[in-house]
Amino acid sequence: MTDALAPVKERPALARGPGKVVGHAVTRIEDGPLVRGEGLFAADVNFPRQLHMRMVRAELAHARILAVSTDAARAMPGVVAIWTAEDVADIPLIPFRATKVRGLEPYCQPVLARDRMRYVGEPVAVVFADDPYRAEDAAELVVVEAEELSVLLDATAPLGEFSPGQDTEPTIVRKAYGEIDAAFRDAHAVVELELSVGRHSGVPLETRGAIARYDAAHDVLELHGTAKKQHWNRDEIARLLGRPPQGVHLFEGHVGGGFGVRGELYPEDLLVCAAALRLRRPVKWIEDRREHLVATNHSREQHHRIRAAVDAEGRLLGIDDVFFHDQGAYVRTHGARVVDLAAGMLPGPYRLPAYRVAGHFRLTNKTPSATYRAPGRFETTFVRERLMDAIAARLGLDRVEVRRRNLVSAAEMPHARPLDALGTEIVLDSGDYEGLLDKALSRFGWNALQGELAARRAAGECVGAGLAFFVEKSGLGPSDGVRVSVDANGAVELVSGAASVGQGVETALAQICAEALGVDYARIRVVRGRTDRIEFGNGAHASRVTVMSGSATWEAALAVRAMALDTAATLLQLRPSDLTIRDGEVCRADGLPGPSLALAEVARRMGPNSPAMRGRTPGLTAEKWFWSDHMAYPYGVHLVLVRIDRGTGQVVAERYLVANDIGRAINPMLVEGQIVGGLAQGLGGALLEEFRYDPSGQPLSTTFADYLIPTIAEMPAADVLIAEDAPSPLNPLGVKGAGEGGTNGVGAAIAAAVDDALLRPGAVTALPVVPATVRRLLDTLA
Amino acid sequence: MSDLHDITLVLNGERHAVRVEARRTLADVIREDCGLTGTHLGCEHGVCGACTVLMDGQPVRACLVFGVQARGRAIRTVEGLAEGGRLSPLQQAFIDEHALQCGYCTPGFLMLCTAILEADPEIGDQALVDALSSNICRCTGYANIVKAVRAAAAAMRAGTAAAEMA
Repeated sequence: MTDALAPVKERPALARGPGKVVGHAVTRIEDGPLVRGEGLFAADVNFPRQLHMRMVRAELAHARILAVSTDAARAMPGVVAIWTAEDVADIPLIPFRATKVRGLEPYCQPVLARDRMRYVGEPVAVVFADDPYRAEDAAELVVVEAEELSVLLDATAPLGEFSPGQDTEPTIVRKAYGEIDAAFRDAHAVVELELSVGRHSGVPLETRGAIARYDAAHDVLELHGTAKKQHWNRDEIARLLGRPPQGVHLFEGHVGGGFGVRGELYPEDLLVCAAALRLRRPVKWIEDRREHLVATNHSREQHHRIRAAVDAEGRLLGIDDVFFHDQGAYVRTHGARVVDLAAGMLPGPYRLPAYRVAGHFRLTNKTPSATYRAPGRFETTFVRERLMDAIAARLGLDRVEVRRRNLVSAAEMPHARPLDALGTEIVLDSGDYEGLLDKALSRFGWNALQGELAARRAAGECVGAGLAFFVEKSGLGPSDGVRVSVDANGAVELVSGAASVGQGVETALAQICAEALGVDYARIRVVRGRTDRIEFGNGAHASRVTVMSGSATWEAALAVRAMALDTAATLLQLRPSDLTIRDGEVCRADGLPGPSLALAEVARRMGPNSPAMRGRTPGLTAEKWFWSDHMAYPYGVHLVLVRIDRGTGQVVAERYLVANDIGRAINPMLVEGQIVGGLAQGLGGALLEEFRYDPSGQPLSTTFADYLIPTIAEMPAADVLIAEDAPSPLNPLGVKGAGEGGTNGVGAAIAAAVDDALLRPGAVTALPVVPATVRRLLDTLA
Repeated sequence: MSDLHDITLVLNGERHAVRVEARRTLADVIREDCGLTGTHLGCEHGVCGACTVLMDGQPVRACLVFGVQARGRAIRTVEGLAEGGRLSPLQQAFIDEHALQCGYCTPGFLMLCTAILEADPEIGDQALVDALSSNICRCTGYANIVKAVRAAAAAMRAGTAAAEMA
């Protein structure tokens, strides 16, 4: 299995091309229209004669539906149709993407609630009208009569009944290796913790939107406003609505943030498609913010009961974890993926001889949940790093030292764990964990900081520092493809099966293409998120695009380059090996003067009517598919200095460092942007953001006044250390994903720093660390 | 609809005559009636600032203003920032400093920052943080937005100095 993984030191030098743009902080090709107000976000898409869709949503968390009365609404001017569950009974439940976990089908969500409403916000009926204001007016007149049922809001509580014969635990994800019982029997000490992570989510600034149109002339159903997983969604929409996949096209415009939640297949996506087909008019739906906070995927909420067996030196002998994942009311498109990831990724960077985990996948009467940036890792890094701090405290060891003793060493790479996640075996592909820890501590001034903290405490301040080590995953395979073409004007087009969620995919892929081909990156057109331009694709998620589509881009561009050199060599009467491409001109590689040929001319010579082609497939174009059996594992360290306001209980992050080894940075400016932006989201989850419910299951976080997103005022002075010490041996560029490391360790680092400020190890047991909690801790200390 | 109102508003220097319901927000008037979709809606209750436009020079939330309240007022939106196809120093600085990722909050931030710089190009650090904290960005973590404001101020100073030299 590890044959394909050559040790880092034996790797050849990183691939370079003539373009000299990979590794440089160049500006983005995406930005022009976005700063001019010329973007094309979902709400900006309009078609003549379009109808507007408005959802009628459940106002009770758990109830039996007795009747849905639509007469008054139907009589409103401009209303064209109103549907309830009976009208869409032919549309199957919304499916999930397969992992190894099976048997979840009965728990999937219908597009409109059938018989029972299971969370506040669940679609119950849907109104179509000629104007969005009128659609909303009409929706308010739809009356749902219902009989309230008891609600289940605690994933650790005894199981309830989902439906006859099915309880509220669709599955338990179990993983184990090593002699776990022996580890605890022989332990010098056993450290036990009970920890929880609050319910929060991606909450992009653009709400969801979907615009469907049936083009009868071509018998094509179009869906606009899509993101992330266009090809899978196309196939499922086609299957669920009984159409051939070739008769469904998904289009991606600009995407106002994804973070895991956007681009999944939701009830509203199927409803606009079904309506466009049935009503024979384009149908537009734009979510409002209150809807978003109760309808779009939640994430994160988990409760862990974890214990570690350690020897006298603080070395891990075994970890045993039982956790409860609050999935909310239905299984959505990720199935049990977050539980699977949490269980697989919990061991992180540490050498762990024995491990046993049971992840209870539990349904409650809350908005369904799925992935959010660093899914399963934000949670388990918090849990694992709390555990490491607790081990240090128990044995009287330094927090850094206990980590050093347990980190997998560079000599042990690649490090195979007898575990899997997302259906792939976990093989930590490369890394120098301790080396990065040293760099990070030094850059942050960790040792000097300890003296500063003592001085500030002596002056009466409540200050502390925390650290967390994390391992991320990226580059989920198995495949992605890219087609690179040069047209007769010399313009380069790159068509990718990936998508963009606003993170700079176009620029990164253009840089890789430009590097390999020897052209200007800024003049490359990057096409993504369109099922009509490329037959297959696996989308943008799991920090996979730069790894998978980037590698495919590299190989496709190299193939085009080879074709161009071959053709030009014949014309220039030189050998291909004598030639290179510089700024779009095929010329002598040795720099000596000589004839040259523009790529445009080469492309013309390879056109369909060029005598040189004579029946061969024309075009200066190549499509390459990159395959990967294993993920690439970036890693890093979070360090933070916090100050606590004793009066208000507010935790202020003063200074923060994220050190992250991502193998190779295609564009350091974009990588830093990803990390700082990820840090902001992590801070939200650590200190502010939480979907709260009252005891009857009514959501309390339904506006931005209640669901608090970090503003600039909450941001610390943030430093980023991008390391490239451990390129991935799994792809030609050596890259690992950079999208999630900024978020991963924030909860853990903040918790550790708050403990340190309170001078009370283990004080923080739950996220977010809100002022009320801190005040209570301060009171109990006094 | 009995309560239709005929209003004229001046949008980026152009007069627009529209007939709107009293309840129609300025954001919808700008986007749907005038067709300028650069102004984005993020929350529709005045918290996130994505819909920030300038009304008689002052930043306002277009989701909290009714169209009829903008009768006769001069409104500036993101579409009005570039002059003759040339990006404003602030727009250019947002690109140069990577102050945007998904770009959804960007028009609101550009309008807010335009107002900040027009009011006080030498605004102090704490005052700048206070002013910028009125808008939400979910992607960038804000650091590069601050850099862009400072870079734009420097570019504007240099531009003014060059103009005075000429």
